[in-house]
Amino acid sequence: MNSRFGYMKIVYFLLSLSVTLIVIVLLSLGFGKAPPFGKFLSPQHGFWQNAEPATQQYSGDLNISSIGHSTEIYFDDRLVPHIFAQDESDAFFAQGYLHAKFRLWQMEFQTLVAAGRLTEVLGAGPDSAFLNNDRSMRRMGMVYGAKRSLAEMEKDETTKKQLTAYTNGVNYYIENLTQAELPLEYKLLNYMPEKWSPLKTALLLKYLSFDLTGSESDVEYTNAKAFFTEEEFKKLYPLWHESSSPVIPPGTYFPPPFDSIFPPPSADSLYFKWKHAVNVETIKTDQDNGSNNWVAGGSKTLSGRPILCNDPHLGLNLPSLWFEVQITTSAYSVYGASLPGAPPVVIGFNDNIAWGVTNASRDVLDFYSITFNGNDKSQYLLNNEWKKAELIIETYRMKDGSAFTDTVAYTVFGPVMYDDRFNGKGRVGADINLAVRWMAHEPSNELKALCDLNRAKNYNDYAESIKYFSCPGQNFAFASKTGDIAIWQQGTFPEKWKMQGDFIMPGTDTSYKWKSFIPQQENPHILNPERGFVSSANQVPADTSYPYYLGGDYDVYRGLQINRMLEIMSGITPEDMQRMQNENFNAFAEAAVSYLIQHVKFEALTDDEKTYHELIRTWNRRNDNDLSGPTIFLNWYEEFEKMIWNDELAKQPGASKVPQSATLIEALKRDNTFPFIDDINTPEKETIEDIATKSFQKACVTLALAEKNGKLSWGRFKDTGIRHLLRMEPLSRLHLNIGGGRNVINATQQYKGPSWKMIVQLTDETEAYGIYPGGQNGNAGSRHYDEFVSDWADGKYYRLWHMKKNESADKRVTSILKFSPSFFK
Amino acid sequence: MKFFISILVTGLLAFACGLYLPWWSVAVASFIVASLIYQSPLRSFLTGFCAIMLLWFVLILMINAANDNILAERISLVMGMGGSYMLVILSCAIGAVVGGLGALTGSLLRKVM
Repeated sequence: MNSRFGYMKIVYFLLSLSVTLIVIVLLSLGFGKAPPFGKFLSPQHGFWQNAEPATQQYSGDLNISSIGHSTEIYFDDRLVPHIFAQDESDAFFAQGYLHAKFRLWQMEFQTLVAAGRLTEVLGAGPDSAFLNNDRSMRRMGMVYGAKRSLAEMEKDETTKKQLTAYTNGVNYYIENLTQAELPLEYKLLNYMPEKWSPLKTALLLKYLSFDLTGSESDVEYTNAKAFFTEEEFKKLYPLWHESSSPVIPPGTYFPPPFDSIFPPPSADSLYFKWKHAVNVETIKTDQDNGSNNWVAGGSKTLSGRPILCNDPHLGLNLPSLWFEVQITTSAYSVYGASLPGAPPVVIGFNDNIAWGVTNASRDVLDFYSITFNGNDKSQYLLNNEWKKAELIIETYRMKDGSAFTDTVAYTVFGPVMYDDRFNGKGRVGADINLAVRWMAHEPSNELKALCDLNRAKNYNDYAESIKYFSCPGQNFAFASKTGDIAIWQQGTFPEKWKMQGDFIMPGTDTSYKWKSFIPQQENPHILNPERGFVSSANQVPADTSYPYYLGGDYDVYRGLQINRMLEIMSGITPEDMQRMQNENFNAFAEAAVSYLIQHVKFEALTDDEKTYHELIRTWNRRNDNDLSGPTIFLNWYEEFEKMIWNDELAKQPGASKVPQSATLIEALKRDNTFPFIDDINTPEKETIEDIATKSFQKACVTLALAEKNGKLSWGRFKDTGIRHLLRMEPLSRLHLNIGGGRNVINATQQYKGPSWKMIVQLTDETEAYGIYPGGQNGNAGSRHYDEFVSDWADGKYYRLWHMKKNESADKRVTSILKFSPSFFK
Repeated sequence: MKFFISILVTGLLAFACGLYLPWWSVAVASFIVASLIYQSPLRSFLTGFCAIMLLWFVLILMINAANDNILAERISLVMGMGGSYMLVILSCAIGAVVGGLGALTGSLLRKVM
């Protein structure tokens, strides 16, 4: 009896033990999208630990072996760290530490995207979307380019030291991170951070290149060229817009080119008249990734000193792309917006100068059509001979542990991005093999440009430092306390014959390669122009007197409006500049609305339609949030544009590109009988009046619905939001009721817009303002997570505090973090 | 009395374990206490259940009050729940079950001995 009871006791115990273990294991595993519940909900380990007290302090004393001297970090009331270090190495160590402390998940996630490793944390995704994104990144040579640039950076002793210090700072934080402190997103997705490396910083910089140079339309133009006549093509995609107001004032003298290049003799037959549509969906970034910058010189300001303004328009995300920081060493003191994942300050000012950047929007990414010998892609035709391709096997690890492998062939032009294994959407039959030639493949050291710029004292230092900035090409606006103002369109740009690379080029002939690069000195630039200001807004850099081919994909109206305003402004104050950055006047609407209204057949409209007609007729052409005019205009123009282009474009095989809005309005104003007006799908011949009226009526249907839902006012209709990087709504700030939009200086669209707004007046005591739609702490459990969003939406600014060492007792200092050198490892 | 003392000791030990060990250490704590302070299996289960539930409830309440409910609100929406109170209930329930099972196992081990 006893032994049987004893036996049963053991069974009960083992049973209970097994159940307990199974429950623990199940609660430690994540299923599908769900996080592991036990681990995630434990108050001592899970997400509760990320719920920071509202009064959280960030003070501390750390002994660190890899720094040289004591370093102090003063956090102000907005959680901006003011780093005071003896030398740059200690300062960058601190910056790396701070980026990691407040933005670790984001900076690593962005480098995973760049490295094509998204599947490791998210899986292949719906319809293999994440896998396709990863394949696009690797196949376009992102990692290849990053590795080459890293080698270039590490050749430079100073850059290498800077990168090492920064990396050490990030890794010091990661190594001392506990499960409880792990950023929320790691807990949600159930994975752990890797150690940081200089390659990750290089990848982040390459990702920026992709974001800013990845909007080219070579495939779409090739398809259009294959279908339309040459004359039609020129009408659809002209190389110049009359409304353009170039970065460099027209009339500026350009020296003759250092050399003239011409298309290869075969170009006429193999390139221009090559009629072949392409079944490829290229991955591309939004063409609206634009920016504004301008500087009013002393002659135009009230203080007599320059005022520099910059607002880069990028995707609006939480955690924000930017992190505000002050870096002060014994040699210099700089303040501005930094990119988590890289030292130092990207856009900012120091004791002597200020600078800001906008995208140059030049085409530095071209495709070549490759002919392989057989299916294994080991040989390709080049100058009538078979040349060996380098085959790289790419392995993609999935979240569930499985793997996907892919082979990429590298040619003299670059990696073959699209082929029979991949057309951007997955696997397709053989159609065309496209090798990509991209400026970001070239080794370059942009970090050196930025680090030197951070410590620049005058125009010469600025001009010298930016020379190292190769890709993505940027318009660097500059102002100094000595009163100099300048702008350089800086980057390494291939010298191209007219229309070289606008279409897919023959990849069987080396004479189509980029031959040389435009000498840096010949990049468009101007110092202290007569008109008293410099500006850029992604428009064409110079007029047709610039001796090199520039292509035609440039923004038109923002630059026009900025230049018009600066032209007439005088006695400018920083407050005027704040108003100007928030300016909602729509120069495109100014050009288009009267024309459209003039051609509507008013008598054909119903009473309801006439109400909307009256609203847009009396609209002041401003994209203010409470007006209905911008909503009516947007919907009307969209329908109008579709009716003009879509009938023709729908007949064109392959991906197509809707022509720019400036193209259409300029063409119609020149010629009321523009051939594309007619709807080719109907027997009758439509006039501009027919199309204007029909499109208005069609828009009215959408407008009536919007009105019914209380979304007729522009701010409600546009519905701006700052989305979490994982697109999780509860971690986002959506439905912000604000004005602005495309073609407007205040370029706030639904999910992109001014990601960092900065105004710097270079008086003896610098007067600077700035704001970004986010908060310094990337932790959604912190009150600093989205702290600035409401003020940003209201168009407000913060006075930026360029702290001095003797101000450590200032009441704005809320926490002090000290790093002391330690001799013990 | 034994019941309340066990709850108190389990709670304290689980808290201490939680500072250094993974989240499931609450099961270890209730297992140890249940095998040292003998109670019937059912009473032990209830001890572990209540101890961890109360511990987590108190910790969560303190964290959440200091945080002004910012994160709990967001996470409850991420997880598709009606409100942050449901997240509190779910968290405490998970802790309670794991704690209870740990204690039950501890008590049954004691019976074997």
